[in-house]
Amino acid sequence: MLRLFSKIIKTGVVSESIPVVQDDELEALGIELKNQISKKFSGSIAIRQVDAGSCNGCELEIHALNNPYYAIERFGIHFVASPRHADVLLVTGVVSRHMQTALLRVYEATPNPKWVIAAGDCATCGGEFGVSYASCGAVANVIPVDLKIAGCPPTPLALVQGLLALC
Amino acid sequence: MNPVNKSSENDFLNLLTEAGIVIRTASPLVWQIEAEHWRTFAELAMLHHYRWVAGWVEENPPQSPFIKGEENDSSQSLFLKEEATKDSPPLQRGGVGIFMVNACFEKNGTYLVLRTTVNLNHPVLPSQATVYPAANRSERHSHDMFGITFTDHPDPRRWTRHQAWGKQDFPLRKDFPLQGSPPAITPPDRHYDFIKGYGEGVYEIPVGPIHAGIIEPAHFRFQAVGELILNLEERLGYVHKGIEKLAEGKTAQELIRLAGRVSGDTTVGHSWAACMAMEHAAGITPPPRASLLRAVLAERERIANHLGDMGAICNDVAFSFAFMQFSRLRESWLRHNARLFGHRLLMDKLVTGGVACDVSPSDCALMTQEIAALREELADIITAVDLNTSLEDRLYTAGYLSKQTAAAFGTLGYVGRASGQAFDVRRDAPYAPYQQLNFNVPIETQGDIASRFWIRAKEINVSLKLLEQLLTHLSDDTISADLVTAWQTPAVGSEGLGCVEGWRGEIVVYIRFGENNQIARYYPRDPSQHNWLALEKIVLNNIVPDFPVCNKSVNPSYSGTDL
Ligand code: SF4
Repeated sequence: MLRLFSKIIKTGVVSESIPVVQDDELEALGIELKNQISKKFSGSIAIRQVDAGSCNGCELEIHALNNPYYAIERFGIHFVASPRHADVLLVTGVVSRHMQTALLRVYEATPNPKWVIAAGDCATCGGEFGVSYASCGAVANVIPVDLKIAGCPPTPLALVQGLLALC
Repeated sequence: MNPVNKSSENDFLNLLTEAGIVIRTASPLVWQIEAEHWRTFAELAMLHHYRWVAGWVEENPPQSPFIKGEENDSSQSLFLKEEATKDSPPLQRGGVGIFMVNACFEKNGTYLVLRTTVNLNHPVLPSQATVYPAANRSERHSHDMFGITFTDHPDPRRWTRHQAWGKQDFPLRKDFPLQGSPPAITPPDRHYDFIKGYGEGVYEIPVGPIHAGIIEPAHFRFQAVGELILNLEERLGYVHKGIEKLAEGKTAQELIRLAGRVSGDTTVGHSWAACMAMEHAAGITPPPRASLLRAVLAERERIANHLGDMGAICNDVAFSFAFMQFSRLRESWLRHNARLFGHRLLMDKLVTGGVACDVSPSDCALMTQEIAALREELADIITAVDLNTSLEDRLYTAGYLSKQTAAAFGTLGYVGRASGQAFDVRRDAPYAPYQQLNFNVPIETQGDIASRFWIRAKEINVSLKLLEQLLTHLSDDTISADLVTAWQTPAVGSEGLGCVEGWRGEIVVYIRFGENNQIARYYPRDPSQHNWLALEKIVLNNIVPDFPVCNKSVNPSYSGTDL
């Protein structure tokens, strides 16, 4: 136990402040609803992440949001286990045809008001997999998308900045 | 590749002859037999301790070039140098109206590709899955994608096919267009015939495809009594993205980008295996510096993933100290990736014939510091973790995989090595630059989650030592600064096999070229394909709430399996 506590003390706090997103950058991220949302969510959002057909690269970077550098919960952003508890769906990957119904149902199960973020090139524009017999392509081909975060995969910083803009 | 032990090979050949199996060899490493002998061969191979590696099918493969060469020079290419066989009947090296069915075996580090042809209008073949359980889902995949019937298959239910295409449609056939004709909304796969449990107190838990955490989708069907798991059935295929079909017609250069996205966490491993297969087909060798850099990327990928997994295993038993520490180390490792190579996950750093990155002496110095720092940090954390009794309580004896089961399923990588399966491509079928490096392959025999945790810690140590050696070689001025060997368009029909040790274990990639540098067939076999089978056994007699940590200790790739 002593070793454990001494390591905690030695490590200290590594969480970093996140560079504030300037308004023109916000626009670049495609956010129009910032003010509206901040009123509705009172600075706190619950996210349900859905992998609709990713290569799992995007998931790795979303996982990183919970590491102590980004510690995203300090901004009132937390990941929840059910779409019924969620304000925001964070969708990655193309929508594989085998996931199409599941995604539609998750969307229906999420209470209003709800927002959908498409994260990663696959989710925003189809990326490397596009539309085919097996894939519906971008998320917007299946459910309405409110915010797009590009990148293959988007860096945790890009994800945080995108999410912060929603609060 | 190690030469096959001659006397045991002769025994095997005698056995085959006695069974009436005629082998036509395209090369010492490609054996062609009649379809009717498909299972008998597997039975005899099993007796001779061959491991079943991968299976794939091609429709009307373009004729492969017939090049005469010395028998023994197999290090360059498995397929390029074909040996003319005088007495045996003519070899089918391609053709029309046929499916060419392939099964890859391995013994003592030598890979052997067994193949046969079946008629396009009557594609029937005895199943090998009755002998090798590892072939089970692979054959079901080949059935769903090509319409080949494997007779006496122990489990003929569909696998990759859900409801996006019809029972009589086969997406990898040439007459099936990439776009297919899917319904506007693909219905859920409702009538899949799951195994049922009966008896007093037995109940079912359906889980997924969407799970509670940030994780890939699949469906798990548990039968349980109280908290105890009686049976688990996995249903995958949810993230099938048509990777094999998408690859067709891509150029060699375009393929690497796709290969790097078969499983995002293994972007280096899959790109390397694809490059190796294509380079074999083209008959080129990357320059030494490129091989060294590929290994640097691969070992960095291994370390990053192991750090992430070790943290996640601890997190699944609510030990957040270790989760925070390991995820902190992973993050700083990834930041160095970005700084040194321009991408946190190291995507798109390999190119045909070499690499698209280099390291300067100051980069090497930075990495040396980083290695020392990571060692020091791990020493602290590992000691704290090792002394923690509550962690011990959760991880020891849980999620047990016996040596026998691991061997029967051909379990790979750290999952196999935690259950006594020592195979490691880097050591046992070495490829550049691993021949020139000194390293050991750690092994554990306890087969529980703790073993799969500690084997990762040991593998990180090995990778750190490898990185140090690689850095020494990279600082050697006598090595040429070349990073790429010029690409040669492979002859029509050329084929190649790429086998590398990804962070999850052996990755095997088969590639055949058509005209104009275009890919005619790409088949990647991620180690997860075999390890998923082991997971169904690992969870037995564990409690349902321990499924996540059992799953995490295996951490199979969904995307890499569904393709
Ligand atoms: S955007 Fe890139 S990392 Fe994300 S799922 Fe697609 S291919 Fe993978």
